[in-house]
Amino acid sequence: MDNHPLELTINGKTYKTAVEHRKTLADTIRENCDLTGTHVGCEHGVCGACTVIVDGKTVRSCLMFAHQAEGCKIRTVESLARGDELHPLQEAFIENHAIQCGFCTPGFLMLIIGAYENDPDITEENLIEVLSSNLCRCTGYQNIIKAVRSASGGLLAIGSDADA
Amino acid sequence: MKAAPFTLHKPGTLEEAVALLAEYGEDGGLVIAGGQSLTPMMALRVAYPPHLVDINAIEKLSQLTVGDGFLSIGATVRHAQFHRHFVEAGTLGRLLSSVVHHIAHYPIRQRGTFCGSLAHADPSSEWCLVAATLGAELRLTSTSGDRLVQINDFLDGAMSTTREPSEILTEARLPLLAENTRFGFYEFNRRAGDFALGMALVAYDLEGGKIRNARIGVGGIEEKARRLAAVEAALEGKTPDSEAFAAAAAATVADVDAMEDPTTSAQYRRDLSGVVVRRALEIAQTATRF
Repeated sequence: MDNHPLELTINGKTYKTAVEHRKTLADTIRENCDLTGTHVGCEHGVCGACTVIVDGKTVRSCLMFAHQAEGCKIRTVESLARGDELHPLQEAFIENHAIQCGFCTPGFLMLIIGAYENDPDITEENLIEVLSSNLCRCTGYQNIIKAVRSASGGLLAIGSDADA
Repeated sequence: MKAAPFTLHKPGTLEEAVALLAEYGEDGGLVIAGGQSLTPMMALRVAYPPHLVDINAIEKLSQLTVGDGFLSIGATVRHAQFHRHFVEAGTLGRLLSSVVHHIAHYPIRQRGTFCGSLAHADPSSEWCLVAATLGAELRLTSTSGDRLVQINDFLDGAMSTTREPSEILTEARLPLLAENTRFGFYEFNRRAGDFALGMALVAYDLEGGKIRNARIGVGGIEEKARRLAAVEAALEGKTPDSEAFAAAAAATVADVDAMEDPTTSAQYRRDLSGVVVRRALEIAQTATRF
């Protein structure tokens, strides 16, 4: 049950902490780095609320141990807004009522941004498949799809603080 | 929902990794690559290895290359690497990119690995079905060196393989497919991304309008993915039409020893096995290019 020193790079900033080997990346981001935008839902990789981007790949942060992410560039939902200015995808979520309770929203935002960065020409069919990765119990997904469609032009133009 | 305590090792070379596994394997130490099955099992306390050997930093295990007649898939090659058609692998590359979308969901596929799926040996694993149907050869590495094992000698039942605790599955080799090989994959489950209730992969060469060299496998039906020799024999030399497919479906139902679980009876799975084989054959027949 020993804590081991750990250095994580999240949204361009270095966080020095110490956690047990068994602590997940999701819990470490929230509890040790105080970045509580990343949500923890099911804790076994089903719901996607904890989705973050690690070295450019969209992953479930509950399915990685924090020590496995040492040396990686991690991006969380906090990287999206610039001060008071929301990311175009966040604006589109509001515009299209793609949020109700909001619990799943950070995971969806990072899921969509990661998918677009990997494949800017993603097809409608593949987009729907990507969106099926995460659970939303409120919206029925239709408004999330609308939000992505309306924002897709601006998704890559602005991006997030990728490697700041 | 938190894993039991363990010690994480992050070796930088394969030599260090097999040395660690030689030391900790017998006491329950495990390899972790993608961790997309192992980590949730640890969270649910179904698995509680005292040591994990993380092989992600071992550069040479990440290779995906075409060799002389085979595709070599290293231990840390992710499912997502097959999202786009791997052109160098020809027909096999198309087959893999048509199957990969059935594996879990997009973020899981970014980390989960092909070899990890084989080592995990879930009866519903798409890659186990692909490996069993096409005849994969696997490389197991330990401090004693390498040994090569055929997939049928490796898969040993549900979540069970013949891997020794001190061994790492370092490479899987899949035979390349001929240009005229037709293939079809069909999976049935209650929701996209869920574990398959039943699935089939078929591949055959079309020569003079007849089926030759049929490879027919089912997964999710029995405790491990398996080629069905009786079904292949029923199709050999036949014209690919609805009559041949119906006969293949009947031969499948007669051949399989279907699993039972609290939500799905053996009878249901047995019936399903014929349906998935027939549908995979129909897909192989109608698809001109995948």
